Amino acid sequence: MAKIEIKNLYKDYTPKTGAVVHAVKNCSLTVNDGEVVVIIGPSGSGKSTLLRSVNQLEKVTSGSILIDGVDATDPKNDIRKIREDVGMVFQSFNLFPHLSVLDNITLSPIKVKGMKKDEAEKLGRELLKRVGLSDKESAHPNQLSGGQQQRVAIARALAMKPKAMLFDEPTSALDPEMIKEVLDVMIELAKDGMTMLLVTHEMGFAQAAANKVVFMDEGEIIEVGTPKEIFTNPQSDRTKSFLDHIL
Amino acid sequence: MNDDKITMDDAQRTKLKDKLVSVDPHAAPKNPTTITMTDGPLIPKKGEGHVLNSWRITFTASVLLIIGLIVLKPEPYKQIFLVCIAGIPVTFQCTIFAIIGAVLIGTLTGLGSVSRHYIVNMISGVYVELIRGIPLLVQLIFIYYAMGKFFHIQGTIAAIIALAICFGAYMGEIVRAGIQAIPKGQMEAAIALGLSRSQAFRYIILPQTVKVILPAIGNEFISMLKDSSLVSAVALSDILRKGREYISRTFLSLETMLVVALIYLIITLILSRLVGLLEERLHKNG
Repeated sequence: MAKIEIKNLYKDYTPKTGAVVHAVKNCSLTVNDGEVVVIIGPSGSGKSTLLRSVNQLEKVTSGSILIDGVDATDPKNDIRKIREDVGMVFQSFNLFPHLSVLDNITLSPIKVKGMKKDEAEKLGRELLKRVGLSDKESAHPNQLSGGQQQRVAIARALAMKPKAMLFDEPTSALDPEMIKEVLDVMIELAKDGMTMLLVTHEMGFAQAAANKVVFMDEGEIIEVGTPKEIFTNPQSDRTKSFLDHIL
Repeated sequence: MNDDKITMDDAQRTKLKDKLVSVDPHAAPKNPTTITMTDGPLIPKKGEGHVLNSWRITFTASVLLIIGLIVLKPEPYKQIFLVCIAGIPVTFQCTIFAIIGAVLIGTLTGLGSVSRHYIVNMISGVYVELIRGIPLLVQLIFIYYAMGKFFHIQGTIAAIIALAICFGAYMGEIVRAGIQAIPKGQMEAAIALGLSRSQAFRYIILPQTVKVILPAIGNEFISMLKDSSLVSAVALSDILRKGREYISRTFLSLETMLVVALIYLIITLILSRLVGLLEERLHKNG
């Protein structure tokens, strides 16, 4: 398992018209080994940008991201190696539509880690069992419901045996009745001691599984605390008004 | 009054919904991505009743006309027909090999134009601009003679290379559009799993691109079949060349050209129907 340390992170955009936009401003955050940290905040507050910069899907302007002490922002370090260790689950699932469920899962172990096909398929079937989709291995993504697709996406990320997992609004594109099946898988994962950093609007999940909740607004980290501290006794007015709106 | 307003809103909403693209990449596409460069819109689709009918009318009429001419006026039409169809193998040979070449060049060009490598990007850009800016006939003759002068390649092979280079640029644009039609999340998911960009292209992006651009390649094939008639300018005995040779012997220019036109028309109509069917099947299979 892994420790993620984000230090003084800045991310600026320069749109074609207008001045520089600071998407992330001086953010520092530590996710300890085995911890589950949930980032909440209004839309456009930079939560996803912060999350996506951990595996360098977003290039940062300045600051550093240490994963077990290795700086992901340093071009000298092999970012592909880091991405192997940090799994990611997206809001829109992003399964590969031309591949079967099992092939979606086995592709990266085979191509990136050089695992043998039968070995990878054995691993894939174990993971499908874990997310409760053993009967769907030969289905194609478009034959699955959103909740099933997202569970396959989690299995696909787990196939790389990551030390940490990033979740970018994993349930936001799902119908309400499918959210639970995905959250159940995530809670299991958290119980197993996976280091997890999430952006989510599921406050129930945050309360049940998170060690820390981070509130972000306008690119800044406003407040960090345990779920109890943040939800019952927020210190900042901005946190209070955000929670008033959503709870 | 109130009811009227709701109906209006609903109509507007439906209209708007059709324009919106679902954020779910696996949702059934409302307007399936179709990339067309040249003859696309001419190809009839099932469900477009009158277009299909016009295809039928044209096809039946041209087949009847050519059979009628041969049966009722075998002198000179049967003779012309036999002379001209002798050019079909050359036309098809040129078209098939040139399309294969154009797909290869087009794939490289398409990958080049989405490349992050500045020089590669520049080369494909300049190639596309250059080819698109010069008339096909001029290019064809120029490349044909250049092949002969610098590489000592002549005849059919030179013509095929020339056609491939000319169509490669358009094919490159099709491939580029096809790659860009694949949702960005696919590349992100692939590299997040630890794949390199080139692995992601090979295993994730290109297989999906093929499906998107296959109908467009079919349409290019039809275009090329027609434009391959230009190779008759460089001494290849395709359908048109056979016809022109016949004219120079008999001076039956109108009669000969009528038959040549009908032969091209019938081939093109059959192929366009096949491309239409291919497109339907691809969309049905999602």
